[in-house]
Amino acid sequence: MFPIKLPRFLARRDFLRLSLGGTAGLAGATLLGQAVATQQGQDSPATSHHSVHGNSLLVGEVDHARNGFDPMQILVDWDYGAVSTLSSGQTLREYEILAFDKEIEIAPGLFFPAWTYNSRVPGPTIRCTEGDRIKIRFINAGSHPHTLHFHGVHPYEMDGVPGAGPGEIHPGQTFTYEFDADPFGCHHYHCHALPLKRHIHKGLYGAFIVDPKVGRPPAREFLMVMNAFDTNFDGDNEIYAVNTVGHEYARRPIPAQVGELIRIYLINITEFDPINSFHLHAEFFDYYDHGTTLEPTLRKVDTIMQVQAQRGILEFRYRWPGQYMFHAHVSEFAELGWMGLFNVVAPENFAAALAEVGVDEAWNQKAIGGSTVAAK
Amino acid sequence: MSTKTEPTTAGRLTGYTWILVLLPLLLLGVVLAYLVVTGGGLTDLAGPPIEQVKIQRITLPEAGVIRVEVVNDGPQAVTIPQVLVDDAYWAFTAEPSNTIARLGTAIFTIPYPWVAEETHIVRLISSLGVTFDGLVAVAVESPQPSFDLFWRFGLVGLYVGVVPVALGMLWYPFMRRLSRQAMNFILALTIGLLLFLAIGTWLDALEFAAELPAFWQGVPMVALIALIALGVLLVIGARGQQRERTPLAVAYLIALGIGLHNLGEGLAIGAAFSLGEAALGTFLVLGFTLHNITEGVGIAAPILRQQPPFRHFVLLALLAGGPAILGTWIGGFAFNPVLATIFLAIGIGAILQVIWEVGKLIARDTGDTGQPLFNWVNLSGVVVGVAIMYFTAFLVKF
Repeated sequence: MFPIKLPRFLARRDFLRLSLGGTAGLAGATLLGQAVATQQGQDSPATSHHSVHGNSLLVGEVDHARNGFDPMQILVDWDYGAVSTLSSGQTLREYEILAFDKEIEIAPGLFFPAWTYNSRVPGPTIRCTEGDRIKIRFINAGSHPHTLHFHGVHPYEMDGVPGAGPGEIHPGQTFTYEFDADPFGCHHYHCHALPLKRHIHKGLYGAFIVDPKVGRPPAREFLMVMNAFDTNFDGDNEIYAVNTVGHEYARRPIPAQVGELIRIYLINITEFDPINSFHLHAEFFDYYDHGTTLEPTLRKVDTIMQVQAQRGILEFRYRWPGQYMFHAHVSEFAELGWMGLFNVVAPENFAAALAEVGVDEAWNQKAIGGSTVAAK
Repeated sequence: MSTKTEPTTAGRLTGYTWILVLLPLLLLGVVLAYLVVTGGGLTDLAGPPIEQVKIQRITLPEAGVIRVEVVNDGPQAVTIPQVLVDDAYWAFTAEPSNTIARLGTAIFTIPYPWVAEETHIVRLISSLGVTFDGLVAVAVESPQPSFDLFWRFGLVGLYVGVVPVALGMLWYPFMRRLSRQAMNFILALTIGLLLFLAIGTWLDALEFAAELPAFWQGVPMVALIALIALGVLLVIGARGQQRERTPLAVAYLIALGIGLHNLGEGLAIGAAFSLGEAALGTFLVLGFTLHNITEGVGIAAPILRQQPPFRHFVLLALLAGGPAILGTWIGGFAFNPVLATIFLAIGIGAILQVIWEVGKLIARDTGDTGQPLFNWVNLSGVVVGVAIMYFTAFLVKF
């Protein structure tokens, strides 16, 4: 990921360059009179799960309160909208989404000038059942034109691209997108204003989960949006993550219970890299590409890859307690922040596992309640 | 009455003079305070913060540890919240802090298992996501001062500096047998040698200067120090202008200029060794020995027609060659780019002044032979001097 922008080299003699075919080393020293004290073995950065991945990690913690969103909550934060029933008997779900410029902390101490939907990245997780009518009032309170482009079936003028229907929604303008949720699956939406790359990687995307009418088996469900951030705008990402904050689930392992069905809605929106991937440690999973089928499209795998905008559903159960890693098996992404842990515990230890990462029973209810909403 | 008022007036004048001196300064203080407190109506011009640091030096003090020295040469304090090595975020400690004030320095210690003889890239990322890269071209444990290493670095300096200069001076007895015209040829050759060294030292100094933190203003610093050094040496030289400068004194001046040049050479070699680029080792040292042998000829050239006591030859060789030893030690153990730049800049001034002195010597001696100063012998001497330096440099330039 490093652009070949090797630093200009300090040592003066041409011969020094020999060692690396045209590049060379850095040398130098502190300024006059400044002390050169090597401090080793001193307080190494505090981390809760140091043992699992040694020193290969981001240092410190993110202020989620200041950010206004917590990746732990984004895992389970299904937004069903304001629900009512149309005269036809169709369920209507109404949403309001505000595009908004906001600086967010994407890794401890590292800030990114994001463009957000409802001041979070990823934006709200729109969840509904197939056939529902979706009505989204979109308000652009940002500094650039934006849109909502859904991956789903909808009329041309609802496509949220420049030129279609209202086209780009300019700052201060509003538009209401309206369509039926179809087909069921694990989908997403993003801004399709131009230039597209910039609008996506600045943070304008979110999940769009359409449950099948028949529902899916009850499970503990999580949303994971694989995303990345190019902080120096060189066309290369500095931070990779699921749900924005690098290594967040390594610092705060996601609680789950032994034996229960775990379902992950996995979406790849990573910009600049052709593929992203998901690898689960110590278990295998069934995979439903795009989530548009009730039968797995891949059975018993432990790694899948997704191109940008590809998504799918993973289902698996852990047999034994433990802290199991999951990460991009593009090792580079893992080491740049896209790595997390499941903290799989016996039921009697579950409350403690929740408390350890600062979530409560309400969080647990959202995690296990998502799959039953279709039946509601 | 007048005798009484005069001192008072003088006293008043003194006070008044002080006011004249201080008034602009006081007003400056007022303007600064106004700007700091109110923004001076310029707040709308304030852009986004500029984050800039410079990685000064990366060392590998022991297995599994990378040490990075960082200078903030930007306009304001910078925080480095995260550090990457080879595209992976890594734990680190920062001394005194990972927030570096303007002109401040911090040492980052990273417990990273670097791989011997391979390349690593250290990247610092600022709180706004600006990245700063530093390269470990070939990872080898940085030399820690020890008697053994001290001795070996000293040997390198000896081979590169003292030995070739001394060997070159051994031509002295031969050169004494030359005709007057041939001696002038040797002096002209010395000028050629010095011209080559002046250009080389200038380029070396610029290369160091380019790597200094911005606030040092490296290039002007080199040019000005070189000019000041030249000026100071010319003034010192002019003090004894009534009497012709003795050839021995010119020889000492040449030795001094060459010594400063060799100091720079030693610095570069020492730094290269400490950066693990010493694979070049023996061959390179051999090259420098050959390259520098002409320096001995140059030092001996002014004293061909007198025979100073032997101790002067020893002193001249040490003055010209010894700094290479010193430079190797400094470069290997405590490299400091600011000092290195300053030394090289002084070296430029010193060499230029010596060119002037040797030029005067040639002018006098050529005048004695009844020939014009610019003749084919002198010109070919200069050309041969430059050519020898140029072609022997093939051994040390890669």
